[in-house]
Amino acid sequence: MNNRSQVWKFFSSVQLAIFTLSAISLTSIIGTIVPQDRSFAFYVEEYGEVTARFFQVLDIPDMYTSWWFLTLLGLLSANLIVCSIDRFPLAWKQVTLDQTSLSKDRLEKMAYTHVIRNASSTLATTLENALKKGGWKIAKKETKDGVITAAQKYGWSRTGVYIVHASILVIFAGAIVGHFFGFKGSVLIPETKDTDKVYASKTQAPLALGFTVRCDKFDIEFYDNGMPKEYTSRLTVLENGKEVLVKDIEVNHPLQYRGMTFYQSSYEGYRDFLITLTSTTDKSTKTFIAPFQQQIKWEGKDITMGIVNAEALRDRVVRMKVWIKSSQNQPITIMVDPQKPYSLEENGLPYTVSVKQMYATGLQVAKDPGVVLVYIGCFLMMVGLYIAFFMSHRRIWILTSTGESTDLLIAGTTNKNKLGFEKTFTELLQSITNTNG
Amino acid sequence: MDSSQLLGITTFTYLFSTLLYVAIFVFKAERLEKAATAFTVIALLIQTAGIALRWVESYQMGIGHAPLTNMYESVVFFAWTIIALYLIIEWKFKTRMIGAFAVPFAFLAMAYASFSTDISKSISPLVPALQSNWLIAHVVTCFIGYAAFAVAAGLGAMYLLKDKSGNNSLLERLPPLKVIDDITHKTMVFGFIWLSAGIITGAVWANSAWGTYWSWDPKETWSLITWFIYALTLHARYTRGWDGTRIAWLALIGFISVIFTYYGVNFLLSGLHSYGSN
Ligand code: HEM
Repeated sequence: MNNRSQVWKFFSSVQLAIFTLSAISLTSIIGTIVPQDRSFAFYVEEYGEVTARFFQVLDIPDMYTSWWFLTLLGLLSANLIVCSIDRFPLAWKQVTLDQTSLSKDRLEKMAYTHVIRNASSTLATTLENALKKGGWKIAKKETKDGVITAAQKYGWSRTGVYIVHASILVIFAGAIVGHFFGFKGSVLIPETKDTDKVYASKTQAPLALGFTVRCDKFDIEFYDNGMPKEYTSRLTVLENGKEVLVKDIEVNHPLQYRGMTFYQSSYEGYRDFLITLTSTTDKSTKTFIAPFQQQIKWEGKDITMGIVNAEALRDRVVRMKVWIKSSQNQPITIMVDPQKPYSLEENGLPYTVSVKQMYATGLQVAKDPGVVLVYIGCFLMMVGLYIAFFMSHRRIWILTSTGESTDLLIAGTTNKNKLGFEKTFTELLQSITNTNG
Repeated sequence: MDSSQLLGITTFTYLFSTLLYVAIFVFKAERLEKAATAFTVIALLIQTAGIALRWVESYQMGIGHAPLTNMYESVVFFAWTIIALYLIIEWKFKTRMIGAFAVPFAFLAMAYASFSTDISKSISPLVPALQSNWLIAHVVTCFIGYAAFAVAAGLGAMYLLKDKSGNNSLLERLPPLKVIDDITHKTMVFGFIWLSAGIITGAVWANSAWGTYWSWDPKETWSLITWFIYALTLHARYTRGWDGTRIAWLALIGFISVIFTYYGVNFLLSGLHSYGSN
C-alpha cells in the first residue's frame, strides 16, 4: 500500500469522523463554561494569572474561532469531502446498474422470494402492468434462465446520505463567505439624527455604509405590568441627501437595504425632549431638541419654548410640562401626554404642539452574503435526512422461465425499511393470487 | 375550571398511568392492559385541553400567544409529546411493556413543572424578541426531538436491564432484545430529524431577530453537542455495525446531554436563552 492511498484511507474513514465529532463535542463544552470574548483582566480575576495566561495561549477566550477549533472543523470538512468522493461512485453505480443481468441463483438468494409454478401465460404481464402503474421503472431482458423483468423504484434515494453530507459543507461555505465578505456592527442613532457609518462589533472600528440612515422616531410600547411590548424605530434611508426609503422596524422585523440588515436591538433614553410645532396657518412643521429646562427658539417665527417639568415612571417620562411664548402673548404652560398633539389656538397661538422624551435607537447592523448559502444548506439537510431515513431503493425481479410450464420466480430486495417493502411485496403477490385463482 | 387545574390533574393522571404500566410489567396484570391505554389516552386529552385552555386564557388576558414560551410551558409540552409519541409506539409495535419505561418521563416532567419552585407558572407577556412564529416552530420541533430522545433513553434502559439479567422471568416478558434495539434506533432517528429541524428553526429565528444565525451561545452549543452525539450514534450503527448494548448506552448518554441542554444550561450557565429561567 503506497502513502497516497494510506492518507486517502485515513481521510475517508468513518473512524476519523467519529474522532472528529467527539473532539468537536467535547472541546465545545469549554466555551460554554468559560465565558467568551472577555478582557484578559476578567480571566485573571476569575481564574488567576497562570490559568488566564494558559487560556490565552490556547485561545480559550475566543475558542470557536481559534486555530485548533477551526482545524477540527476543517478536518470534518476534509473527511466529508474525501469520504463522499470515495463512496459516491459506488452508490451511483447501484442506481444506474443494469438490473436485468442477474442470474437465477442470485435472485433465489434475495431477501424476499416467491415461486409460482404453472402460471398462466399472461401473469408476468399482469404483474408488470401492476408495477408500472405503481410508478416502478421496468427493464426487460432475455437471458439463459428465461425472461427477466426488473422493476425498481427510488433508486436515487441512495443519494440522500450524500445530500446530508454536502449540506454540511454548504453551511460551512456560507459561514466562510459571511466571515470574509460580511460584517457585524452596531450604532446608536438619536432621534432626528442620522449616520453614514456603524461600528464593528468586535473592534469598534467605524465602517462606512455608503449611504445615510436617519432615525425619525423611536417608540416603546409597554404592557400593563410595565414589561416592554414592542420597540419601534422609523428609519429613513438617504442616498446623496435624497430620501429613498422609509420603514418602521421592530424586533424580528428588520430593515433591509443594499445587502445590509438593520435590526432593532436596544435604545437609550435621554433627559432631552423633542418638541414638534405645526403651524395651523402655513402647515410648516419643525421638531426641536429641547434639553430639560432650557429655552429654545424657532428662528424667524418669534417662538420660544422649553420643558419646565416632567413626571417619570422609572426611567420613562409619562407627562411633561411645556412652556411656550411669543412676543405678542402671555407665556403658556400646559401639561401634555407624550406624543399627543395639543392645539394652542385657544391661547392665541396658531400652532399645535406635541412633545416626547428623546431616545436613541440602538441598531444591530449586519451584512452577511453567506446567509443564503446557510439557508440552502439547511434546506438540503432536511431534504437529505428525509430521503436518507424514509426512502429506500426497492427492486423487484420477475423471472419467467418457459419449459413444459410457465414458472415465475419473483424476488425483491430493499436497502432500508424492510417492513415497508415487505408490505408492498405481499400486496403485489396478493393482487395476483386473486386474479390467478 | 382553569388551565392550571387541568394541568395539575394531568400530573396525577400520568402518575396513575405510570403505576398501571408498571403493574402490567411487574405483576403481569394483563387485565389492566386495555385500561392502561384508555386511561393514558384520557390523560393526554385532559392535558391537551389544559394546554388549549391556557392558550385561550392568554388571549383573554390580552397578551395572546401560543403556550410554548417559557420553561413551564415547554416542560408541559415535553410531557405531552412523550405521551403522544409513546402511544404511537404502543400502537405501532403492539407492546405495552415499553410504557413502564416511557410514561414515567412524562410524569416526572409534569411533577417538576408543577412542584418546582424554580419555575414560574404564570402566563406572562412576551418581550419583543420572543414575538416570532419562528419561536413557536423552534420550540415545537426541539421538544418533539427531546421527547423522542427521552423515549429512546427509556428503551435503552430497558435493553440494558434485560441484557444484564437474561433469565429473569420478569424480564422475559419484555420484547426480544433485537426488537428493543430496533425501536430504540427508530426513535433516535425520529428524534434526530426533529432536533435538526429545531436547530435550524432556532438559527432562522436568531437571524431574523439579531442578524446572527449562530453565535455559540451555551444553549446553541449544547444543542449542537447533543446533535453530534446522535449523529455519532447513527454512524457507529450504520458503518461500524454497533448495536445492542453500546447503542443503548449512547441513547442514555444522548439523553443526559438533552437534559443538560434543556435544563442545565438555563440554571447553570448563562446566555441568550436565559428567558427560560423565570
Ligand atoms: C455532523 C456531521 C454528519 C451528519 C449529520 C451525518 C449524517 C449522516 C446520515 C443522516 C447518514 C445516513 C444514514 C443512513 O440512513 O444510511 C449518514 C451516513 C454515513 N455517513 Fe455521515 N454524517 C456526518 C458526518 C460524516 C462524516 C464526517 C463522515 C466521514 C467519513 C460520514 C460518513 C458516513 C458514511 C460512510 C455513511 C454511510 C453511508 C451509506 O450508508 O452508504 N458522515 N451520515
